[in-house]
Amino acid sequence: MPRRLIAPLAALALVALFPMSGATFYVELTTKIMIMAIFALSLDLLVGWTGLVSFGHAAFFGVGAYALALLSPRAEAAGLWSSLGIAILAAAACALVVGIFVLRTRGIYFIMVTLAFAQMFYFVFHDTDVGGGSDGRYVNVKPDATLFGFTPFDLDKPYQVYYLVLAVLVLVFAFLQMVLRSPFGRALQGIRANEQRMRALGFPVTAYKLAAFTLAGALAGLAGYLLAAQSGFVNPEILSWHQSGNVLLMVILGGAGTPFGPIVGAFALTMLHEFFSSITRHWQLFLGGAIVLIVLFMPGGLGHLARRIRRNLFGGARDG
Amino acid sequence: MAEPVLGAAGLTRRFGGLTACDDVAIALRRGELHALLGPNGAGKSTLINLLSGDLRPSSGSIRFKGTEIAAMAPDRRSRLGIGRSYQKTNIFPAFTVFENARLAAQSRRPRPLALALDAARDPDSRRRAQRGLELAGLDEHVERQAGALSHGEQRQLEIAMVLATEPEVLLLDEPLAGMGAEESVRMVALLKRLSSEHAILLVEHDMDAVFALADVITVMVNGQVLESGPPAQIRASVDVQRAYLGQDGD
Repeated sequence: MPRRLIAPLAALALVALFPMSGATFYVELTTKIMIMAIFALSLDLLVGWTGLVSFGHAAFFGVGAYALALLSPRAEAAGLWSSLGIAILAAAACALVVGIFVLRTRGIYFIMVTLAFAQMFYFVFHDTDVGGGSDGRYVNVKPDATLFGFTPFDLDKPYQVYYLVLAVLVLVFAFLQMVLRSPFGRALQGIRANEQRMRALGFPVTAYKLAAFTLAGALAGLAGYLLAAQSGFVNPEILSWHQSGNVLLMVILGGAGTPFGPIVGAFALTMLHEFFSSITRHWQLFLGGAIVLIVLFMPGGLGHLARRIRRNLFGGARDG
Repeated sequence: MAEPVLGAAGLTRRFGGLTACDDVAIALRRGELHALLGPNGAGKSTLINLLSGDLRPSSGSIRFKGTEIAAMAPDRRSRLGIGRSYQKTNIFPAFTVFENARLAAQSRRPRPLALALDAARDPDSRRRAQRGLELAGLDEHVERQAGALSHGEQRQLEIAMVLATEPEVLLLDEPLAGMGAEESVRMVALLKRLSSEHAILLVEHDMDAVFALADVITVMVNGQVLESGPPAQIRASVDVQRAYLGQDGD
């Protein structure tokens, strides 16, 4: 077995066995972290692999979450498979339309324009009655996973949700790894490295970026759907700019453009948050300070630190 | 005379008050190496950028096999068969040498929907990449990181990437600049070989190379074509000697 897989597989085993501790609060917290990790993975496809720093990714996360809330009848369960499909398609469609506009800009302008679009989504849900305004909306009955008379899992049971989300996280991770080594993924990495040359070589760069933006939006919608299904509640904060910044921080903290970085970042940021808020009322000051220190001393993110530790432990293996 | 593969007429590009390319006509034919000479600032790179699509002309026409392409984006021109190299090395420094060429080759058969395909094992793009690297004489260094190559080797990679896209027209912006003597000799031999099957536009300051290779020479000064014709005519031209050759010594 390649050495670089040891740590990830050990972590996966730990996460898979963790619910046996019976600590329901932490099982639900870890579920939430894994949902954020899926969200962060989707953003890293843009930030880390294509070179598109989006500051509005929460819009598509929110569309996925609101799709479930809006598709759920007041007193009955929505069908999970159909509502999930619609949520992903709705998020993808929104990302496609937004992408057509924002991909005309570059660099700092791209950051600002993605933020502006996300704010439009935010105010649609905040200021209109579409999704219950600023109060949000409950998913009174969790969606029903029954498929051809068979119910594989029950979303009312936190431990089943935990394993469902873990499975989705592993699948999304594997899917993105596959995409990144496909011709499409290689082209995205070429675009990040040298957009002008890719164009001169004959790649329709904007179309590739738009496809990546749409795919990332679809995966963010999947994560948002899971959040709404887990918590049973949506409100406009899900698509606020804080949320976009939060997930961007996870990506940067864990290491943009590294396979495991976004997952590590989701765990690290949430746990730092929990830790500081448990010991002081002024947790934001300490959380901010910790982030500044990490970014200052580990510009490649925590994933970079993990690589350095591995190299020191296992000697000068060339997998850097 | 054969129809030009790529031809431009009345090609003009202004940057504010400066006319970098002023009513230029040029015709590139298959089997012909067309050299572009001129002092710094004469508009040679601007002309290449206009032909490749990196810049749009202010006015004028560019035709590829009879089709008007002046408004066409650079990626579409590349897919038509117009390949270019850059004066300033323009590669993917973090990728391996082979991946640089393979990615270039992938543009000919991009297969963006083959998500389950491992691009690094795609035989089609590997074959094209291998050929480009062999032609450019770089096939010994394929697993090295491109950014770690010597300057001359990066110039070779620049050419290998263009060749991996199997173009009909080659627009080469100073391919010999910064190459060592041995690499230069090899590159000149390669250009000679390529010119029988391609239409080549070569911007180059090395006069020995230009007069050894060119079938046609166009001399530009201040954005305009001063003289265009076979090497003997250029060598004999009083205008050219006064404007250019005389000042540059050799």
